[in-house]
Amino acid sequence: MLKCRTVWKKLAPLARASSTVCRQNVRRAGLTNGRIPIRVPTAHMSTGPAGGGGDNLKYALLVGLAGIGGLTYAVKTLRGDQKRYEERIAEIESRPHKATKGPVTDVQTAAPAAEASETDAVPEPELEAAPSPEEPSPPAENAAPDAEAVAHDAEAAPSSKTTEPPPADEPVVEASPEEAAAPAAVPVVEEAAEPVVEAPVDTTAPAAEPVVEEAHEPVVEASPVEAAPPAAIPVVEEELPPPTEPSPAELSEPEPAPTLVEESVTLTEPAAAAEPPATAPPEPQSEVVAESAVDSTPASAKVPSHAPYLLIGGGTASFAAARSIRARDPGAKVLIVTDEPDLPYMRPPLSKELWFSDDPSVTETLRFKQWNGKERSIYFQPPSFYIKPEDFDSAENGGVAVLTCRKVVHMDVRGNKVKLDDNIEISYDKCLVATGGIPRNLQVIERAGEEVKKRTTLFRKIEDFKSLEKVSRNINSITIIGGGFLGSELACALGRRSTESGLEVIQMFPEKGNMGKVLPEYLSNWTTEKVKREGVKVITESLVKSVTYKDDKLEIHLKDGRLVKTDHIVAAVGLEPNIDLAKSAGLEVDSDFGGYRVNAELQARSNIWVAGDAACFYDIRLGRRRVEHHDHAVVSGRLAGENMTGANKPYWHQSMFWSDLGPDVGYEAIGIVDSSLPTVGVFAKATAKDTPKAATEQSGTGIRSESETEDTATSPVASATPPPVVEHKDDYGKGVIFYLRDKVVVGIILWNVFNRMPIARKIIKDGEEHADLNEVAKLFNIHED
Amino acid sequence: MSYCKQDGKDRVIFVTKEDHETPSNAELVADDPDDPYEEQGLILPNGEINWNCPCLGGMASGPCGSQFKEAFSCFHYSKEEVKGSECINQFRGMQECMQKYPELYPQEEDKESSPEAESKSGSASADSSALLSKNDSIPSTSAASSDSMSSTNSPSAS
Repeated sequence: MLKCRTVWKKLAPLARASSTVCRQNVRRAGLTNGRIPIRVPTAHMSTGPAGGGGDNLKYALLVGLAGIGGLTYAVKTLRGDQKRYEERIAEIESRPHKATKGPVTDVQTAAPAAEASETDAVPEPELEAAPSPEEPSPPAENAAPDAEAVAHDAEAAPSSKTTEPPPADEPVVEASPEEAAAPAAVPVVEEAAEPVVEAPVDTTAPAAEPVVEEAHEPVVEASPVEAAPPAAIPVVEEELPPPTEPSPAELSEPEPAPTLVEESVTLTEPAAAAEPPATAPPEPQSEVVAESAVDSTPASAKVPSHAPYLLIGGGTASFAAARSIRARDPGAKVLIVTDEPDLPYMRPPLSKELWFSDDPSVTETLRFKQWNGKERSIYFQPPSFYIKPEDFDSAENGGVAVLTCRKVVHMDVRGNKVKLDDNIEISYDKCLVATGGIPRNLQVIERAGEEVKKRTTLFRKIEDFKSLEKVSRNINSITIIGGGFLGSELACALGRRSTESGLEVIQMFPEKGNMGKVLPEYLSNWTTEKVKREGVKVITESLVKSVTYKDDKLEIHLKDGRLVKTDHIVAAVGLEPNIDLAKSAGLEVDSDFGGYRVNAELQARSNIWVAGDAACFYDIRLGRRRVEHHDHAVVSGRLAGENMTGANKPYWHQSMFWSDLGPDVGYEAIGIVDSSLPTVGVFAKATAKDTPKAATEQSGTGIRSESETEDTATSPVASATPPPVVEHKDDYGKGVIFYLRDKVVVGIILWNVFNRMPIARKIIKDGEEHADLNEVAKLFNIHED
Repeated sequence: MSYCKQDGKDRVIFVTKEDHETPSNAELVADDPDDPYEEQGLILPNGEINWNCPCLGGMASGPCGSQFKEAFSCFHYSKEEVKGSECINQFRGMQECMQKYPELYPQEEDKESSPEAESKSGSASADSSALLSKNDSIPSTSAASSDSMSSTNSPSAS
């Protein structure tokens, strides 16, 4: 504002000056008209004149100039925008788009090719247009260039890529329009939009051909018909003619249509449902052609347009909900959308059991042996459990389908639909948001530069496990920053490796001991000693000041001046809940705990529930909290699934968590376990029988898995524990620790005491004030096995 | 003889076996078996089957879920002398479906080789009654799927 005034102040004198000149000119003009010039002293207003003939002219001039300037600017901007848009499309198309480059460009060229071969529309009718399911998903993006192409009516489309198709188009078209269509469908497959049908634009398919010729030829022959539609779709929006009747007439219609390309229109097309049979043949083609493409390609053949139950996120909570929904709603159709390339899997083994496996191919198989010898995969279910997305609509008994490598970027709560990152829209009846979170990173590492970031792992997913496993074999020294669950478990797992490979394992954190925020100090210290015995160099009370890369080593400078040199860093400093959809969906975010705020029934808004790491929910017993543990994901996922099928149950069954730090430190916990709360610990003397290994052997359930190397580890343990009862050594072998809040037990840790979780759960559920916690501890029979 | 020490806000008590021999006088609130909030077992208070019971694993939710539900429901409500003897068709249907997914439902050798429908249903109903017993040992047909999620009854996920 001030700026405006200063500017105006500067301009005002100029205005006055020019107005004077103008007036004088007018006067002269007036003279020629025979009027006697009278110098009338003009009253100058500081704010500029608003009257007077000369002024009017001046203003007319100014306004006119401004108008012209504005118009010129507008036109220029629009043109520039259009140009930039086209460049962007071209850029997007040329990006390796989860498939071979060819397919992408194919789609792009499809439209221009469409009109180029418009005359070849004749072959169309032959196509029985079993419209293939594929729908190029960058349809929105393609729409514009398509529109362009159409507008120019078979002229070379704006994109330079189109120059290829026309010439190549011809031979392809002649070859077999239908078949040509198929391969076009193929590359498009990966986007897997709706089989909105629209056979007419089959000719566009051939356009797709040119770029991917050779590979497609065999495929072409192999698969008749189908095809085309995918390319046609963006252009043929409104069409939706009966799938089997492609007609040249329709070709003409697409022309004006292209601008549309709102998948929602096409996607809601019931015709899509008719496509399932057609989808089958294209499927195999896509596999063949896209063999070089990423794994996600086959799975992304067709995206359902509507899912009665839509689960966003493909982790533990989502899978638990899927199972719960299927159990309660017979024939339910559940669609899981995940941005990972993997089917739902469990995370705990990634930092524990998988590291203890003897199998050298464990990074491929991802199978681990539980202590009782039973082997299982980290995937909850093998691929045969799930139905394919393209069979989603037609599955009579319903099923669970998983769309991998897709991210939901926008949620329209009013319209009950979501939009994926490839602009496909899926509508839903009930939706679960189980997006989990992404690992936090240290600010100092973020700012440290590429060389440092390249050598830093943020551990969460299968790919992180694979890369860390590989890295740990080839380096001399690794440092884990973070002393919580993940950091300590990884340190122990890597520490075990260090005995074989000579790898130096360092762990550093700001607390005084491992699990410093969870365990009371005396136990935290005890745990730290155990971790050190696993072969880990533990540096406590260390804050990282900066990290630099020098002489092929990472140098970690601590605030107290110490310097640590290492080859690789693993940052395990917490999880940032993923709340990307909060804005578009209008969901509340909790400022204390992070995550989406939901009620006790895990509901955020009508038809939207949240479960797992991302849910900040109201626990009737313990108050509002957000829990990042595996069992909580299972419990909350299951509860959300129940509520999505009408149960209306609140969060009541307390979830638990556990941790094994080496062969002789294992504990299970439930409730709020925060070391800042006052605690009461009741301990007995531990014998050799009180180890996680012994617990599984006895119960025979194999739930706590340890590796075979535990065998040798137990003997030193046995000798370490003092048998005589009389001694008052501070040996925290096994016991129960109660966490109190206002004299009520809100959390319990079962320290090396197993199979007693139900009692702990009951005590927390009761929420009573107990005068003597020793009496409560008696309920656990800690001396017994 | 137990002793106690205080470490700031944390109290630690060491107890011997003798100290804990006397029964506890801690009071626990009586549980309401019909509490709708509580996690239910396999059979709900109204007598129906809880298909969402963790003990069933993924049996009711997998591709053969509907066949499993039919067979098991028939068995559950069967009033015959040999329980489930009229449910042979449902069990056969379930078995056929499961054979289509060997990865999910690994079949035991003896069950597959038995040609008799009766013995098939016999083994199938034996499996069902094993399921009813709600213990941790898993019958063969559901071995794969029951393990697949952590049961809240067991301390940790596998």
